[in-house]
Amino acid sequence: MTPLPVLLPGKPALAGSAREGWREFFSGGVLVAVLAALAISILAGEARAQPGIGASPGVLAILLKWSPLIFQGFLFNLMVSVLSMLAGTALGLWLGLGRVSQFVALRRASGGVIQFFRNAPWLVLLFYCMFLLPFSITLPFATVPLPDAAKAVIGLSLPVMANVAEIVRGGVGSIPLEQWESGEALAFSRSQIMWMVILPQCLRRMIPPWMNLYAILTMSTTLISVVGIQDSMTLARAALVAEGRTELFIPMYLMLLSWFFLYCYPIARWTTVLERRFRVRV
Amino acid sequence: MERIADFFRWLNDAHGVNLSIFYDSLDRSRFLEGLWTTVELSTICTLLSLVIGVVGAWLQGARFGPTRGLVQAYIQFFRNTPPLVQLFFFYFAVGNELPHVLDQHGMLVPPISNVGWAVLSLSLFAGAFNIEIFRAGIEAVPRAMVEAAESLGYSRLGVYRHVLLPLAFRISLPALNNNLVNLVKTTTLAYAIAVPELLYAASQIWSEELNVREMMNVLLVTYVALIAVLVAIMGRWERALHIPGYSP
Repeated sequence: MTPLPVLLPGKPALAGSAREGWREFFSGGVLVAVLAALAISILAGEARAQPGIGASPGVLAILLKWSPLIFQGFLFNLMVSVLSMLAGTALGLWLGLGRVSQFVALRRASGGVIQFFRNAPWLVLLFYCMFLLPFSITLPFATVPLPDAAKAVIGLSLPVMANVAEIVRGGVGSIPLEQWESGEALAFSRSQIMWMVILPQCLRRMIPPWMNLYAILTMSTTLISVVGIQDSMTLARAALVAEGRTELFIPMYLMLLSWFFLYCYPIARWTTVLERRFRVRV
Repeated sequence: MERIADFFRWLNDAHGVNLSIFYDSLDRSRFLEGLWTTVELSTICTLLSLVIGVVGAWLQGARFGPTRGLVQAYIQFFRNTPPLVQLFFFYFAVGNELPHVLDQHGMLVPPISNVGWAVLSLSLFAGAFNIEIFRAGIEAVPRAMVEAAESLGYSRLGVYRHVLLPLAFRISLPALNNNLVNLVKTTTLAYAIAVPELLYAASQIWSEELNVREMMNVLLVTYVALIAVLVAIMGRWERALHIPGYSP
């Protein structure tokens, strides 16, 4: 027995789901689109390569030849991003706690530090650390050398620190006041409430913006090439100079862009998913 | 004016704090020109990225699926790749492919200068974020508002221009301000392709005067002050445009 067509599904619901469907499809398809652009640029390069000069290797062969080296640079970028994120998070947590402290002076000071490092451009902070930090730090017991990479990590972790502090402040602020009050009623001290009641609850809300920050940081690690550290960008440019063939330019840069995209895009997608999931439960 | 210059000259002689931008007219003019270029670059990119944001958000609501897909691809690509590599991609790779043209001196020059590529690349980068911000603002406008406008006989464009956008703009202003502040900070990347903005001017000064420490501090303070001014203006604007009774 067929069900009687009493009412067709409403138009808005249909339109909405179709739109969602398209969006999902294409946001997954972006990956394919980026790789397709890379492939097309390689093919175009192959077609334009002059056949006259002896047996010159094709664009794809050259890219494959250089990609292990550039990929090492890319791994270096990722290493810098992880170290800066760790350092920035460790510092930023304390700065953020200072920002919500009971002591007015500490709160103001932390607020000033956060504002300063959030307003300063990343590249300028990086320059600052690269040029003004000493080559080595003399401690009472030993002299610790400070290589350029370490300076870059410090330079990148400063803005991360300020942004993490802001995330912590937002997270703590999003917890209802009743949580504090019930903690107090149970005779918890302020620091106990913070560490045992408030922070565990904030953690879940802080993860999406924190991941977002990590993706931004990863993309910003290419800045270290501007201050003279050998990363994937420096190596890609060096490879282009070594080959000296103009038809390589677009495929090479697209290859580098696609690596960053393949790394950052899943993080962004995952962040959106987590945001959506947490929003429903809260 | 002379007394200020004298003071900084004395500061250099007596204490070795070389703030040449205050007494050397060449350095001062270079610094001020750099500052002006940064302001100019930020303004042009802001306006262009706003246009991209408005048009992109409109296209995202298009009935034709592939249009939406293209906009989505653009957003995701520019949001998830490093802006510096984008800039290099445009300036070195795409710029290299364009045919060179004759300038007024009869020289073969690229059709788009490094400043042009910086404007284009930074606007596309910031525009991708603006589309998302405007879309979120548009989605926050109650559906009934659009239906009411439609029942009054507004076309799709009319609804967008007269009803959706004014409301969505106010809702998305805080996020928009954040992005514009980011854009001003991102203009420093233009240094990498030798656009004579503030960072580039400062680096020229410190490589000639060998006053890296002083110029670094000047640079940092200038940027922080510049952005503090921007944040203050935007905050004031935000309050002025606040929808009475609306709290997000």
